[in-house]
Amino acid sequence: MISLLTSNFHSFLVAFGYTLLSSIIALIASTVLGTLFAILQIVPSKTANVIARAYIEVFRNIPLLIIVMFFYLVVTKIVKIGGFTAGTIGLTLYTSAFIAETVRAGINSVGIGQTEGARANGLSSWQTLRIIILPQAFKIAIPSLGNQFINLVKNSSILAFVAGGDLMYTANNVAATTFDSFNSYIIVGIFYLIITLPLNYYMKFLETKLKGMA
Amino acid sequence: MEKAKKRKIGIISSIILTLLIIFGVVSASALAENNSKHVDTWERVKRLGKIRWGVKADTKLFGLMDTKTGQPEGFDVDIAKALTVQLSKQSGVPMQADFTIVTSNTRIQLLKNANIDGFIATATITPEREKVIDFSNSYFKAGQSILVKKGSGIKSIKDLNNFKSTIIGVAGSNSVINVKKFAPKAKVLALGDYGQAMAALKAGQGQALTTDNGILYGLATENPGYTVVGGTFTSEPYGVAFDNNQPEMVKQTNKALKAIIANGTYNKLIKKWFRGVPGLDWRSLEK
Amino acid sequence: MNIIAAGIFDAFTKNNVHYLLGGLGITVGVSIISVIGSLIFGSFIGIIIYEKIPFLSRYVSIINDVIRNLPLLLIIFFVYFVLPVIGIYLPVFWATVIAMTVFESTMLAEIIRGGLLAIPIGQTEGAGSVGMTNQQALLNIILPQAIKKMIPPIISQLISLVKDTSLAVGIVLAEMTFRGQIIYAQNSNYTIPVFIALAIMYFILNYGLSLIARWFDHRMAA
Repeated sequence: MISLLTSNFHSFLVAFGYTLLSSIIALIASTVLGTLFAILQIVPSKTANVIARAYIEVFRNIPLLIIVMFFYLVVTKIVKIGGFTAGTIGLTLYTSAFIAETVRAGINSVGIGQTEGARANGLSSWQTLRIIILPQAFKIAIPSLGNQFINLVKNSSILAFVAGGDLMYTANNVAATTFDSFNSYIIVGIFYLIITLPLNYYMKFLETKLKGMA
Repeated sequence: MEKAKKRKIGIISSIILTLLIIFGVVSASALAENNSKHVDTWERVKRLGKIRWGVKADTKLFGLMDTKTGQPEGFDVDIAKALTVQLSKQSGVPMQADFTIVTSNTRIQLLKNANIDGFIATATITPEREKVIDFSNSYFKAGQSILVKKGSGIKSIKDLNNFKSTIIGVAGSNSVINVKKFAPKAKVLALGDYGQAMAALKAGQGQALTTDNGILYGLATENPGYTVVGGTFTSEPYGVAFDNNQPEMVKQTNKALKAIIANGTYNKLIKKWFRGVPGLDWRSLEK
Repeated sequence: MNIIAAGIFDAFTKNNVHYLLGGLGITVGVSIISVIGSLIFGSFIGIIIYEKIPFLSRYVSIINDVIRNLPLLLIIFFVYFVLPVIGIYLPVFWATVIAMTVFESTMLAEIIRGGLLAIPIGQTEGAGSVGMTNQQALLNIILPQAIKKMIPPIISQLISLVKDTSLAVGIVLAEMTFRGQIIYAQNSNYTIPVFIALAIMYFILNYGLSLIARWFDHRMAA
């Protein structure tokens, strides 16, 4: 295992970078997009509600593999995008649907009384949302958002299917050239755990802390 | 009282769990040791009365799934059937051919794991592979080439040796390793199968698709806007693969190969699969 | 757009449609068996972690966390390619079922532990004061309430499971996505229509599941 790691160390390290980069970009983009669709779900406009609902249902119910393939093979006919970009866009859209649900649940739990209070104090509905509701909603949603990020890192292994250069892609290539599948998979497994396991324990810690505060 | 009891249960079951894990690891490594012991493939197929062949299901002309019957069909599959008939005759034991679908990415691992006895799956005989598996004599002479869009101006692999070019291949195939020698500056993308690779070429993810000419001709047949250029730049003799150190199985297979060439079966199969392929001189493939 | 239109009629011949629907059967089969397996193991593991049994709970929790934080794709490859090294030969179908069950059990264990924790401790104490043992309290008071809370996340986990069966194309399981690949191997013009058809089939399957989840939710609330 050590010899396989050292002889392919550069490949694994670059792949680790790609996995991390894809995950971070997708995290930021999907949080923005997810919040947008969460808001669209609660604004008093039937059209906006329906659009948001449709978006969320479509991306929640189709496998990530299919979404990524669609971007890699179809969308690229209109706008040129490579495997890494297609994979990251797919990850973003897929994850944003889950984040939209999480944020919406957060907004709902803030409570109608606060909205009414804020409006009575002369805040516009946009101000109420931005200053009063969203900060609280995010606080409530933090543990689930953290879990979404862990899922995102794991799901980034989908890049392997579109030659995205990530850890899983590299593991397959190393396994195919060295014929040592056992150690290749163990090594990338450890690389994934380096990202996900600390996050996992940090989220659990936050969860208990928030619970203690409540 | 209850707390002490819980503690006791916890300690005891933790110890049991630890012992189970240790036992598991120890017996697993013992089993692994035992399994890595040599098993003679020829003896096994005679004993079981069947040969489990790995073949492809996504490669036109060589191994493509017939969606009506659910069975793969192609030159490789027919060779496997003919060899099985011939091997039955040689051993005196009636044997049947069983087919398992493999991809370039899974075939060697499946063979090493003895999920299959051998594979006939457009596999090139290479010195690297011969270190880990055994090959029969070559049953088909292919060569690596490139497929490009008509009118792209690319005439051979040399035109792709620059940092702007991207070449598409299939993961686990010899061609993605080879192409780096002939166009070291180009970027190489390895996709899951030929369907995806072809779709990626059409989508403009790369300028050329590289693999063995036989497979490329198959892809060119259905995509008139694309053409094979520059001839072959490597020699890719396909072999029947078996696990490491199987001299008897290899010897019997070579004998069977000779027999099906001698009795005309081989040339009949070449004609059956390659006669209609545009741009390919199927007569040159006959033996 | 004409590339999409070109393949759409030729791709879906009677044989190809039959073949693809057969793949749907395998997708559903793998899903159902894995769901049952992971519900059983997941509850078991979840309860062990929740019960805070000295040593054991922490021990099981660490193993659970390690597996849960790996990509499922990696576990699938591992089960299929590495178990045979110790002489366990699994057909692709069962390798997928086992990998999915192992992975989804750990995900469900976490949901179940969370659901149990969400019930205030006061209720266990209350049950104790009316003479129930801890086990009785768990069975009669905590579990029914916790299950109510857990059902929506469990169902969305199951939807994930159905979607994740598509990852088994990596080890050549002849499920829906793989069969789609076989169809477009006939002619690469079929690639895009096939992907669209796959998206629609998965959507119907999973949206159906989420409608069931919502119906459950309503009934529970009523």
